[in-house]
Amino acid sequence: MRFNNKKSIPPKYILLILTMVCLLLIGASVAFEEVLTPLRFITGVTITPMQKGINAVGNWVTDKIDMLADIRDLQAENEELRTQLDAYQSENKMIMSDTNELNDLRKLYELDSRYPDYEKVAANVISKDSGNWFDTFILDKGSNAGIQVGCNVMAGNGLVGIVTEVGPNYSKVRAIIDDNSNVSAMFLTNSSLCNVVGDEKYMDDGYIRVEHIDKDLDVSEGDELVTSNISDKFLPGITIGYVQNLTLDSNNLTMSADLVPAVDFDNIQTVLVVLELKQSKEGNE
Amino acid sequence: MIIDMRRFLIQLLIILICFLLQTAVFRYITFAEIMPNILLIPTMAFGMMRGRREGMVVGFISGLLLDIFYGVMIGPYALLYMYLGYINGFFHRVYYMEDLLLPMLMSGANDLAFGLIVYFVSYLMRSRLDFGFYFLHVIIPEIIYTMLITLIIYKPLVKINRWLKDKEEGMENG
Repeated sequence: MRFNNKKSIPPKYILLILTMVCLLLIGASVAFEEVLTPLRFITGVTITPMQKGINAVGNWVTDKIDMLADIRDLQAENEELRTQLDAYQSENKMIMSDTNELNDLRKLYELDSRYPDYEKVAANVISKDSGNWFDTFILDKGSNAGIQVGCNVMAGNGLVGIVTEVGPNYSKVRAIIDDNSNVSAMFLTNSSLCNVVGDEKYMDDGYIRVEHIDKDLDVSEGDELVTSNISDKFLPGITIGYVQNLTLDSNNLTMSADLVPAVDFDNIQTVLVVLELKQSKEGNE
Repeated sequence: MIIDMRRFLIQLLIILICFLLQTAVFRYITFAEIMPNILLIPTMAFGMMRGRREGMVVGFISGLLLDIFYGVMIGPYALLYMYLGYINGFFHRVYYMEDLLLPMLMSGANDLAFGLIVYFVSYLMRSRLDFGFYFLHVIIPEIIYTMLITLIIYKPLVKINRWLKDKEEGMENG
């Protein structure tokens, strides 16, 4: 329609009209979040499949490139691994017996295993946020697979982020390294609380910031941080990373530190989405 | 009207391709973790080649697409890209087809404006004060990368525009 009238309306008026449209949309999306859902549904159904396709091709190409580059390394590595395997096999037997013993002891003390069996679903990362300022990405599964807003996302055995938006066939994840992210965490050793705050500035070095550590705490570098019990969004006990470079803050009350995340954020292809929500879990209990 | 429709559809297609390039392809080819801002290029190109009106519309649609997909709100990117397209439209009168220097410079200037505005609106407001760091590690590399990509995809855009123009003139005369 704009284009039919384009010979008659001067550009500055169109600019004015579109500016108002934008401001209205901003206002509407702040006031009523559900306004956005139909729009996102349409784009989710049309564009997400294209991104999925490109992603498949991209993965295939990188796989092939990696394969060619790696083949020689792999041969050498294979030799080395074969010798190591023998050593590990015997070691494994010892560990197996230790594990059995541990399980028995756990039963005795009625301890839960460290990662309770949350129901999880695997998903692929199909696209990343368009800019350099934030760190969000899109997964290829959505509400059809049971994913809801607020689901925790893990890769390997570390925390990746949280689902902030869900469509039928996609979902959007905000990584814990995103500049807006703030996760309540605790030390595995003594359960004392602190905050893990995403910061664009430290992302390049592969660190996340940890803030509000009590200065009297007996913590040392290399300590493991896990999600805390008091967070209302993250399930407790998921590994976030390991503390490094502890420094005393200028207020002389708290310490800050760098956190080496347990997940390699440069290279995430597949993630596990925990279907259980923190809130519903507490509701059931 | 038929002519306009065809032009509009082709522009839509170009925006879509650039959007997919940016979100799905370029995440495989980042330099130092930095991606180029490809959607700024059609915004700039159509602003320069066709004037304020089309720069504005192409910018608006590009921004809207980003908002819908990645924004918390719908509108801010649409607004930003639209104004960049509009401002680029003022350079239409000094545009000529063979020139590559001005589009490159414009592309860099656009990305600079884009980076500064994003920094001031969404970073400074959350008291991320270390401007020097963000300038050197995000804004500057993104500008350089975007200018390089401009070098590659600006020429095809000019060719598409010329082809559309020939067709339109052909239809008007016939």
